[in-house]
Amino acid sequence: MATIWVYAEIGTEGPAGSALELLTKARTLGGDVAAVALGPGATASAGPLAEHGATTVYASDEPVYGEVVGRAAAHALGELARQHRPAMIWFPTSHEGRDVAGRLQAITGSTLMSNASDVVALDRAVTQIYGDSHVVEVALEGPEPRLVLVRPKSFVAEPTGGTATVVPVEVEVPDDLRTPRRVERHEEAASGPKLEEARVVISGGRGLQEQANFALLDRLAEAIGGAAVGATRAVVDAGWVPYSQQVGQTGKTVKPDVYLAVGISGATQHVVGMKGSRRIVAINKDPQAPIFALADLGVVGDALSLVPRLIDEIARRKAAG
Amino acid sequence: MDVVVLVKYVPDPAGTPKIGEDLLVQREGTDGSLDPGDEYAVEAGLQVVEAHGGEVTLVSMGPEVAMGAVRKGLSMGAHQGTLVTDPALRGADTLATARVLAAAIGRRPFDLLLTGVESTDGYSGTLPMAVAELLGVPALTFARRIEVEAGAVRVERQTDLGYDVLEGRLPALVSVTGSAAEPRYATLKGIMASKTKPVEQLALADLGLSPADVTPAQRVLSVTPAAVKGPGEIVEGDAAVERILAFLAEAKVI
Repeated sequence: MATIWVYAEIGTEGPAGSALELLTKARTLGGDVAAVALGPGATASAGPLAEHGATTVYASDEPVYGEVVGRAAAHALGELARQHRPAMIWFPTSHEGRDVAGRLQAITGSTLMSNASDVVALDRAVTQIYGDSHVVEVALEGPEPRLVLVRPKSFVAEPTGGTATVVPVEVEVPDDLRTPRRVERHEEAASGPKLEEARVVISGGRGLQEQANFALLDRLAEAIGGAAVGATRAVVDAGWVPYSQQVGQTGKTVKPDVYLAVGISGATQHVVGMKGSRRIVAINKDPQAPIFALADLGVVGDALSLVPRLIDEIARRKAAG
Repeated sequence: MDVVVLVKYVPDPAGTPKIGEDLLVQREGTDGSLDPGDEYAVEAGLQVVEAHGGEVTLVSMGPEVAMGAVRKGLSMGAHQGTLVTDPALRGADTLATARVLAAAIGRRPFDLLLTGVESTDGYSGTLPMAVAELLGVPALTFARRIEVEAGAVRVERQTDLGYDVLEGRLPALVSVTGSAAEPRYATLKGIMASKTKPVEQLALADLGLSPADVTPAQRVLSVTPAAVKGPGEIVEGDAAVERILAFLAEAKVI
């Protein structure tokens, strides 16, 4: 029977949310569903992976998969795919997902579709382009396995309570493939609530003009209370804030109750990370900015004068009780 | 130090690309430029050869107009370029593109292969890894900082929580984010010099590839406008602050 595999990223707290989302969707397409989990914690992740739809979990706890970025996992997946011949392999759109899928494509010689927003059949997927203004349906042809990178939060994870057969992965990773190596990990302290969990996200773009003005957003977040601060890629690239605050295609995907876009024009890169927000407020000087097409409330004006007035007014009302 | 940088010609990033009747992006007869994401890679390459000696070679695939992207990189200071152009490559997917670029790069030895993270028009973000696999070299991806010394490369890779340090032996591929290097402006002198720098133009057959090697395995079935939600409310002027506060209060977040 046709089989869909899901590449499950494993973190320190078990399988990534993306793996559970993808398994939930995969089990609706009518084939067998397996998960592939590589690296420390893989075997222990079989429980949640099974609960979300995997009937087989290919697992290896070997540290090499965590130490060697992308290459070792791509090699192992290539071997597993050769032995078991899945019809498709799904990956999360993350750095690791891209590293593994990109290499695997060159190993298997099969097609790879990025940025999918849905998979509708074993040979058909959907993406959205140009700030998500157009929906594109794509036929996937050529040799199997067809590879698909799916955008985060395209599906909602729902457990069904199944169990899985755990199959140990016994692939030898040759020495010459054990490079590049991850030699250090650094966490850059982020203050305040997590972007993905906050009820309110306030993000800034180039329209804030300079790094010093970004502090206005931190103050507004504090005034509102429980709000997280995000940024566009342009702002992260300029070094104003760390990458951990980036919202968008190559950053985080957020779906808060309220998203406040400040000085953000609305490039595709950014929009795909925030368009699922429940309510969107945009502040921009340019009435033609594409972000206004997404906004429930669009404010044409200068953020540098509006934001301080917002902060003062919220503080005044709180003081008045 | 022989540095190769992959560059792509993309439709004007500030405009809306046009889709032709064949459901492919129109790349000819429209404004375009060197992909802004690739400018970081060109800059990073120039900084490496300025510190360690050597030359920067640009490699690109695209229609004739893509020569504009190569010339732009040359005007920034790259030394020479290669453009692969062939009618059989129209509509090429990521695997075909990776095969062509790997074949073009693999004709000569190199130390460092630099790319952007993803193109501004396609956003696939997997081409660097596929090229690295075909060339059999390590890929140090999403780098915000690069150090090259004694046959090895060390990068800071952006992560969700901060950054990781990766190390690999040369030759290697490094994909760079916008934080890796601030692209220089082309000077008038650079622009003049770029017109006489060597650029070789190759066809598929020159790389020992046949049209069968680059047949796309993805076919666009339909492009339809997404359901658009109705236009939101627009406010400006002094009423704005009050309206935003009311909106936040309705959403029960203040």
